[in-house]
Amino acid sequence: MKKDIILAGVGGQGILSIAAIIGTAALGKGLYLKQAEVHGMSQRGGDVHSNLRLSDKPVASDLIPGGQADMIIAVEPMESLRYVSMLAENGWLITNSTPHVNIKNYPELDDIIKEIRSLPQHIIIDADEIAKDLGNKRAANMVILGAALPFIGMETQIFHDAVRTIFGRKGEEIVKLNIDALKAGYDFAVSAIGTG
Amino acid sequence: MLIHENSLALYLSKSPNLSRIFSYMSKLPLLGDEAIAQAAIDAGLSGLFAYPGTPSTEITEYVLRSKEVKEGKIIASWTSNEKTAMEAAMGVSYIGKRGMTCMKHVGLNVAADAFINSAITGANGGLLVVSADDPSMHSSQNEQDSRFFGNFAMIPILEPSNQQEAYDMVHYAYEFSEKYEIPVLMRITTRLAHSRAGVVRSETRPQNKLRLPKTSNQFILLPGNARRRYKMLLGTQDSFIRESEESAFNKYFDSEDKKLGVIACGIAYNYLIENFPEQKVPHPVLKIGQYPLPRKLIEKIYKECDEVLVLEEGYPLVEESLRGFMNNGKTIHGRLDGTIPRDGELNPGIVAKAFGISFFEGREPSGNVVGRPPSLCKGCPHIYSYNALTEALEKYAKGRVFSDIGCYTLGALEPFTAIDTCVDMGASITMAKGAADTGLVPAVAVIGDSTFTHSGMTGLLDAVISKSPITVMILDNETTAMTGGQNSNAHGKIEDICTGLGVEEKHIHVLNPIQKHHDENMAVIKKELEYNGVSVVIPRRECIQTLAARIRAEKYKVKSATQ
Ligand code: SF4
Repeated sequence: MKKDIILAGVGGQGILSIAAIIGTAALGKGLYLKQAEVHGMSQRGGDVHSNLRLSDKPVASDLIPGGQADMIIAVEPMESLRYVSMLAENGWLITNSTPHVNIKNYPELDDIIKEIRSLPQHIIIDADEIAKDLGNKRAANMVILGAALPFIGMETQIFHDAVRTIFGRKGEEIVKLNIDALKAGYDFAVSAIGTG
Repeated sequence: MLIHENSLALYLSKSPNLSRIFSYMSKLPLLGDEAIAQAAIDAGLSGLFAYPGTPSTEITEYVLRSKEVKEGKIIASWTSNEKTAMEAAMGVSYIGKRGMTCMKHVGLNVAADAFINSAITGANGGLLVVSADDPSMHSSQNEQDSRFFGNFAMIPILEPSNQQEAYDMVHYAYEFSEKYEIPVLMRITTRLAHSRAGVVRSETRPQNKLRLPKTSNQFILLPGNARRRYKMLLGTQDSFIRESEESAFNKYFDSEDKKLGVIACGIAYNYLIENFPEQKVPHPVLKIGQYPLPRKLIEKIYKECDEVLVLEEGYPLVEESLRGFMNNGKTIHGRLDGTIPRDGELNPGIVAKAFGISFFEGREPSGNVVGRPPSLCKGCPHIYSYNALTEALEKYAKGRVFSDIGCYTLGALEPFTAIDTCVDMGASITMAKGAADTGLVPAVAVIGDSTFTHSGMTGLLDAVISKSPITVMILDNETTAMTGGQNSNAHGKIEDICTGLGVEEKHIHVLNPIQKHHDENMAVIKKELEYNGVSVVIPRRECIQTLAARIRAEKYKVKSATQ
């Protein structure tokens, strides 16, 4: 088993929480893990991304080789395309559809969505809306992670456990919210591929 | 926002469930930085001193959060700058205990005086200097290679290829340092510093007891002594090379195809083996993790192979020494002949191309993506300081605002374009002084509180002595914001420092940088621009990120107390 995942978003959108959950789940399964994070200047409203590599064999490079990412998980639609050149020919792109517009020259959202739809494997999910319905917009990142779970090659329960590990100290309410968010994202993705 | 993004480390270190979960996994998911920190704690560290700088900051943060620091067993603190940190670590070594200092690569420039001389004094207790390089300049002003500094000082350098090696090397470094009474430099790069992988800890070792140097004049670098100490340093070089030749961190992997031999240093080794199935390279490979270079192993690969490819992160240090000035030996490939780009960070694709390995290089980059540069946070105090300054400067020609290193450097970008320079820590005041002294009047310096106590104070004294017509804006957000909100040594001291250095009290003003006070702030700055001498204007309001973090922490405390 090998999964090379690129996480993408804007500083403050919680992509490192996604990384923490996947990483904790992977270590719980005894997999090898490398996760290159971005700290520093890029955080102040700039784009952020992280390389996450999981495998049952030792992982050499901290960086995913170009054109070989199995999956891009993005919390923001334009950011989902920033590293599209890293995506493998048949890789999955899973992205939020709600844009984060903090720049004047943000491209046409329709063009972005059209390009995402041209990729062979993609899930576009309105994670902000789903998270709002669940009671907290801040869980949007977990909705997106949930939408990626059908393709990640590990059972979902282990991710629920990881949520408990990471968010446990914040109380049962937060744990439940995040697990519900994972489930909602998962269900969306499963029905999306079901209907083609 | 950095604080927010750093939360993974916080989760992992603070979550009570985690230690339970990881105790049976025996592998800790640590950043390269954290692996170094944990290793130092385990190896019997007594004192750690550092100034924050990306990508080295998380080493000290990890140690500061440790139980050993909280219980007072290890002393760790942020210092005013990298030089004071280096010297404090030398003090720890002087009394026979294990000391450490960590910095970003350009910080080693600041610490250089102490660093180079520490090779002449040598160490007593183990002394480890960690310098974190930033190839591709993810958040730095250059991509200088710290290995040159290690060579310059003539001390051993360790360069880990992964997090586990980083952990193991710290233990080794302390043993080495005490065996040869020499400081050891560890060089890491951003990619390792900020990448997380499973690390297995080894046994912990108690701290050293206080024990002054055996030779009482070891640390007295009067010329007579220094000459003797320098000869000793020269005399141990052969031993350092021998240790490198025997070190487990320098490995020779033989292989069939001797048309090419590969020398791979530090993290470059990972990019090499990433490219070969089952991680088996068909050519002989010399993996380098310890310097000075292992002469015999280098000679072996050079002799046995027709050509040599050098893979190294940073500058072509190994490649240059292999070629020599005359460059009349075998063909050497690397950054100098264009096989590898001359600048920037390595990655698996660059190495694949060097071998002519073809692979799906990926789709064309998307045409629907534009840059999303970082910007000052909404409500950041700097925004209002810049608005006031820019308006106050309206009647003067452009090009007179000298700035410095911190969040406020983002004032160079749209919509502010409020500053004209950013060079090195402290350069705002001194460059403004030089410019003003020789004709650019008025000149303005914009510097942060932490940068001011790092390297701005001495420059301000220079300006006071020469009565330079400059206005110094010390943007006091009461923290070291850019690296994630570490305590600033300037806190509560700025006015006293300025008056102490001789700035006249009536030309020191504290402002509150909010929209409401825009007009009066602007008027104060305008008036001081006209003063023909040194004035200091201090816009003071806490960074909204540290403020938010503080409120979150308070809430959490209250919540836990009431549960
Ligand atoms: S000083 Fe604080 S509020 Fe301002 S940009 Fe930096 S982190 Fe944000």
